[in-house]
Amino acid sequence: MTNLSASPLLVAEGLSKFYGSRIGCRNVNFALQPGEVLAIVGESGSGKTTLLNLLSGQLAPNAGAVRYRMRDGETKNLLDLSEAERRFLARTDWGFVHQDARNGLRMGVSAGGNIGERLMGVGDRHYGRIRETARGWLDRVEIDTSRIDDKPTQFSGGMRQRLQIARNLVTHPRLVFMDEPTGGLDVSVQARLLDLIRGLVADLGLAVVLVTHDLAVARLLSHRILVMKDGHVIEAGLTDRVLDDPQEAYTQLLVSSVLAA
Amino acid sequence: MNPVLQVSGLSKAFHLHLHGGKHLPVVEGVDFVVNAGECVVLGGPSGAGKSSILKAIYGNYLANSGAIILDDGETAMDVVTASPGAIITLRRHTMGYVSQFLRVIPRVPALEIVAEAARAAGLPADEALERAGRLLAHLNLPERLWNLPPATFSGGEQQRVNIARGFAGNHRFLILDEPTASLDAVNREAVIGLIAERKAQGTAFLGIFHDTEVRERVADRIIDVTRFSPAKEIAA
Repeated sequence: MTNLSASPLLVAEGLSKFYGSRIGCRNVNFALQPGEVLAIVGESGSGKTTLLNLLSGQLAPNAGAVRYRMRDGETKNLLDLSEAERRFLARTDWGFVHQDARNGLRMGVSAGGNIGERLMGVGDRHYGRIRETARGWLDRVEIDTSRIDDKPTQFSGGMRQRLQIARNLVTHPRLVFMDEPTGGLDVSVQARLLDLIRGLVADLGLAVVLVTHDLAVARLLSHRILVMKDGHVIEAGLTDRVLDDPQEAYTQLLVSSVLAA
Repeated sequence: MNPVLQVSGLSKAFHLHLHGGKHLPVVEGVDFVVNAGECVVLGGPSGAGKSSILKAIYGNYLANSGAIILDDGETAMDVVTASPGAIITLRRHTMGYVSQFLRVIPRVPALEIVAEAARAAGLPADEALERAGRLLAHLNLPERLWNLPPATFSGGEQQRVNIARGFAGNHRFLILDEPTASLDAVNREAVIGLIAERKAQGTAFLGIFHDTEVRERVADRIIDVTRFSPAKEIAA
């Protein structure tokens, strides 16, 4: 749920990143409220992934700042955090759902271990409780709990993606970054995953920064859209407004290029 | 009179970049008021801009100029200049929209679709479920369908889920875009009953009804939108 009375969770201020003379992204500004889902759309090479990496502190900007309101209420510039502080943030208060689940899971560790590892990262040491929590999360993401000791290598693409989501959400993050979370999956598998994400985001009140080139995914999941082209945000607004009444030439092209978004 | 919606000087045009930059004005100088407890119907031929006006009011289309002032009971907000977050809040608590078609979300059962809308408006889970059941029953949706996703329902059944969802919240202003288009006589009657009940409670309605009988029965006033048609020489 978007909470207007709260101060923003994440703020991007004049964010720019250049790769030599090439623009990764330029002068991006927005504020994300708690519980708000923001989709970043555009074609490949438009700067979506660069922006996501800047926002999540994985890439340092050439100009601008990313401010994040920590759990204690204090707002900090990500650049001012130490590497250890940033890592702690990433494995507790943030989630990161990668398009390829292999980048977000430990493929040689059991499903239960993948979920439990995040809990142990925040100091939980009670084996029985960790296993019980892992079982609860497997159930919540619709994975048969009898598979708890199986490794993700034995899972289908859709199951791996659901496991990755469980691993991310077990520490109750307030912000989740998602990079093409349904990319590369069969359509029927996508529908199930989207519905699951939609339900979890609403139930847990998660704020999400979602990168996708799929406008139907953006429509189903997001409240607000940023359209990127050549590293610039060329249009922004309420999701259904941008998709049903696009103002910019490029957005009109994007929307008219899909059958039914 | 207690105005819930005040539209003034509203204009909407489409600029088609992909078609040689063609400028397509739809309506200009739209002025009207909708008061609490009344149902105002937009009239005029197809293509006159009725749906565009509804969509601009809902924030789905970007107005080019003018003001759309909506009173949420405490403060008045201008939809034209409101932030996306403010429009989402308005949609949750103040204005609802019943479209012609249900946009089906995969796997979500009919009862849950309606209950979710009630919860979004702030009802506790059990009350939301109870209200959802009452609305679906009022709209004669067979109970055996309630726990199924509407993807396989008939057009009329889907439309009734859609109407139930639209009426599930406590919105003081409801936009109705041809809600009775695919319904039979019995169910049209059920919708007319719902509108009358909510009008009596003070809900303001703005709608499009092509069915003349329904229109006659629900409308307190009909606004002919052809008087907001852009000047012909610009349209050419």
